[in-house]
Amino acid sequence: MTQWSGYFGLILQGTLVTIELTLMGSVLALIMAFLAGMGRLSRFFALRALATAYIEFFRGTSIFVQLFFAYFVLPLVGLELTPLQAGVLALGLNVGAYAAEVVRGAVQSIGREQYEACTALNLGRWQGMRHVILPQAFLVMLPTFGNNAIELLKATSVVSLISLADLTFQAQVVRAQTGNTMVPFTTILVIYFILALFISWGVRSLERRMARGLDGVRV
Amino acid sequence: MSASAPIIKIDGISKSFGSFKVLDGLSMQVMPREKLALIGPSGSGKTTILRILMTLERIDGGHIQIEGEQLYHMERNGQLLPADERHLARMRQKIGMVFQLFNLFPHKCVIDNVTLAPVLTKGMPRAAAEKRAMELLDMVGMADKAKAMPAQLSGGQKQRVAIARALALQPKIMLFDEVTSALDPELVEEVLNVLWRLCAETDMTMLLVTHEMGFAHDFADRVLFFDRGRIVEEGKPDEIFRNPKQERTQGFLKKIIAAGHRV
Repeated sequence: MTQWSGYFGLILQGTLVTIELTLMGSVLALIMAFLAGMGRLSRFFALRALATAYIEFFRGTSIFVQLFFAYFVLPLVGLELTPLQAGVLALGLNVGAYAAEVVRGAVQSIGREQYEACTALNLGRWQGMRHVILPQAFLVMLPTFGNNAIELLKATSVVSLISLADLTFQAQVVRAQTGNTMVPFTTILVIYFILALFISWGVRSLERRMARGLDGVRV
Repeated sequence: MSASAPIIKIDGISKSFGSFKVLDGLSMQVMPREKLALIGPSGSGKTTILRILMTLERIDGGHIQIEGEQLYHMERNGQLLPADERHLARMRQKIGMVFQLFNLFPHKCVIDNVTLAPVLTKGMPRAAAEKRAMELLDMVGMADKAKAMPAQLSGGQKQRVAIARALALQPKIMLFDEVTSALDPELVEEVLNVLWRLCAETDMTMLLVTHEMGFAHDFADRVLFFDRGRIVEEGKPDEIFRNPKQERTQGFLKKIIAAGHRV
């Protein structure tokens, strides 16, 4: 009979690493999403080109390869990253590229009449964006951001391949030491699912709070 | 500038949307404090003129002067150059606009809709902007709804807030683009009453695109009848409505009256 209590400690540690990775990756993804999403809408060709190149490249290559590149290739040019740094970088840049298109789409979904009201009230481009367009667009982005965050959570399991001790990594450790596959993998399956539920629930309650007063008249 | 100089001087402007020529060498002048009604069939270019004055559409040719200053051009060393964004922003301070569909900011409550632009563009302190906003909301009869969200208001109430919002920037020229067209008939009156009040209590120049012929008749100093991007006929309301000289004006008014509008 296997003594499971010690192994559950490992799983718990792995859970914390996965949560840490998800949070940090999401912050980077959010920053990249706004930078690149707004870049796509810029008046300046260079910014548009830069944003487009970033989005196409990081959407168009595998996150697995991106992670290995960050961890194994960057040191060759003198950029040494810890597994956690490499993981956050790869996850944030990858998911940020998808979310950038969400930002662009949401900003473009705001009706022309809102932009015209900004002009008529003599708001500058940035003032109108900051106070009128983005607050409305953010509400449009939220549900898809929730999807992106869940994708990011699930993608964190690839970091186990560069020996970062996340949930998946610890499950493999437990399996190697006990020879039991069912218990560790069923456990982490449930944990991933619960974490994803938390994200869904958080995003939904944020959406409800922000939509208060708009009463479904968002057109 | 002498008192008799026009506040708006439009000189041979043209504007096309694709191959459709909306305005074709249009010239007109508006005197300070004048109340002008622009009438005519849809597609005749009257709304486009307001949108051009508000810099929502650019002109393809011609010149516009506001208070003797070029709107779309800057004078540098005796040369006329296309206006940059800073010049346009300075010129826009003179002009305000109210839209057919109100264009309120749905995520901001009534008073925030009114204070946003004065705080951001004029650097007005928040408290002063709110005090002024409450005065304006009081004038349009919306003071008791200051904390309401736009979605909670009727069309007429939204439009009155939109008028207060435009007034908050103290423009010298106000453009009203079919401000009652989207309203239920019983709500038209409350918005027109606000316009009457503006007329009595301010000395703004007002340009009004409208299908309310009765109101245009009573309100305007001068009526311009537009058709196909040109002014076909202009004059005092009585002349245009009671005794139109041009066949096209007569035809248009007949149609409007047949549709049940009071003249």
